[in-house]
Amino acid sequence: MAVLLFAEVSDGALNMDATAKAMTAAKMLGEVTILCTGATAKDAADEAATLGAAKVLLAEDDTLGHRLAESTADLIVSLAGDYEHIVAPATTDAKNVMPRVAALLDVMVISDASAVVDGDTFERPIYAGNAIQTVKSKDAKKVITFRTSTFDPAETGGTSPVETVDVPAGSGLSEWVEDKVAESDRPELTSAGVVVSGGRGVGSEDDFALIEKLADKLGAAVGASRAAVDSGYAPNDWQVGQTGKVVAPDLYIAVGISGAIQHLAGMKDSKVIVAINKDEEAPIFQVADYGLVADLFEAVPELTEKL
Amino acid sequence: MKVLVPVKRVIDYNVKVRVKADGSGVDLANVKMSMNPFDEIAVEEAIRLKEAGKVEEVVAVSIGVKQSQETLRTALAMGADRAILVVASDDVHNDIEPLAVAKILKAIIDEEQPGLVLAGKQAIDNDMNATGQMLAALTGWSQGTFASEVDLDGEHATITREVDGGLQTIKIKMPAIVTVDLRLNEPRYASLPNIMKAKKKPLDEKTPEDYGVDVSNRLEIVKTAEPEARAAGIMVGSVDELVEKLKEAGAV
Repeated sequence: MAVLLFAEVSDGALNMDATAKAMTAAKMLGEVTILCTGATAKDAADEAATLGAAKVLLAEDDTLGHRLAESTADLIVSLAGDYEHIVAPATTDAKNVMPRVAALLDVMVISDASAVVDGDTFERPIYAGNAIQTVKSKDAKKVITFRTSTFDPAETGGTSPVETVDVPAGSGLSEWVEDKVAESDRPELTSAGVVVSGGRGVGSEDDFALIEKLADKLGAAVGASRAAVDSGYAPNDWQVGQTGKVVAPDLYIAVGISGAIQHLAGMKDSKVIVAINKDEEAPIFQVADYGLVADLFEAVPELTEKL
Repeated sequence: MKVLVPVKRVIDYNVKVRVKADGSGVDLANVKMSMNPFDEIAVEEAIRLKEAGKVEEVVAVSIGVKQSQETLRTALAMGADRAILVVASDDVHNDIEPLAVAKILKAIIDEEQPGLVLAGKQAIDNDMNATGQMLAALTGWSQGTFASEVDLDGEHATITREVDGGLQTIKIKMPAIVTVDLRLNEPRYASLPNIMKAKKKPLDEKTPEDYGVDVSNRLEIVKTAEPEARAAGIMVGSVDELVEKLKEAGAV
């Protein structure tokens, strides 16, 4: 049984972490072919060739730059005949493209799968992670995105052959205007080993500096609850939760976060969870391995100093 | 221009979800139901476009159980002009899949000829994040997903999208399917006079058969389970104790 893995390539560079994790899930389904796309994607394809695939397909064309959904979906559909499973890491780019692919193939998409039971059967979180549903697909082809936080990255080694594929004519339906990438020296939120997040309790955008100082001391990424984002204390791309990023670092430190259901869904798979909150009744303490009831304005600077 | 806004009746986002003991699903009997929060943002955006004179008519659509007419009345009370209810199930526990929903919406688009569809990016029950993209595929229209800014300009729309690592701006050809994200706007509350007025606005009732769409599910639900609970943690009394415990656990 053959699997096509749509690799995460941005501006010519492979997102190794997301792609390698989806590769682990893809390998459970059969022999994997990796697809790298973009205006340029040769370097990404060469890097993806170390992931143990049968081969790597390289599709380079201006219409595939910036991974616009319409042209990218048309390309994947043009290749779909050879594969029973078409899969991708559940990134915003893949979530934009894969449902479009599924509908063009007249099959349902299986979004955010968190476990492979067998070739037809998958587990996925629903209701913001408050329930886990096992679904069995009746479709001949399965289109799936995998939640990266629940799979370990596939090991690298060896080199798969890279083949160039034809690209269908562009749809002309959409064009890229600009990207505004959040500039940061910190690690990327979804792949960071340590995440320090602040909530509404932090109280202001200025005071978020406390969270950032602790994060920088630990070499951590900075996260935020939806309440903190909605209050304007932190940018939206820091948001951890069902409506933001799903993270599973080795250490997650939640500061001034009460622990709303939608936030817990985004971080409860972290290995060690620390919660600092002045309200001892806060639900965050129910998922914390180590809870500290304290004023964050005293505890966080002290913790930053002592770590 | 006419705007079509699909809305879904889902469990209220403030309600604690309970998985049924027999593993057959989530208990939805006697639970507060509301409009999917992302769909509220889509309704709000459509109404604002109408208020700005860029849109003439806002049509809300819901596909599901008969009680979804309450959700449509909410959309009408917010300011939508009329509504279409497609009764596709008589069991609140039977969730109509995004592919079937997209097929019905495609048929409605063929009849209504809107210039734009504004939809929520995802429903907070099945969390599929798929209907808008699937509808764009079936119509062959352009798509602008996860929008935090929507700017209509005649033949085109400029959409700013919430993507991993930041924002992406794209220019898409109209007609288009746009799915909306949280930061696009803050939905209004319907006023009492508007709630009264909404009761008199037209609401057509249809069935999937009217549109020739088979709504049987492609994904069989084998079981629904509670997520694994985390082992109970401990409370520490001071920052020193916390640092000590983290070092013992090898976490720092």
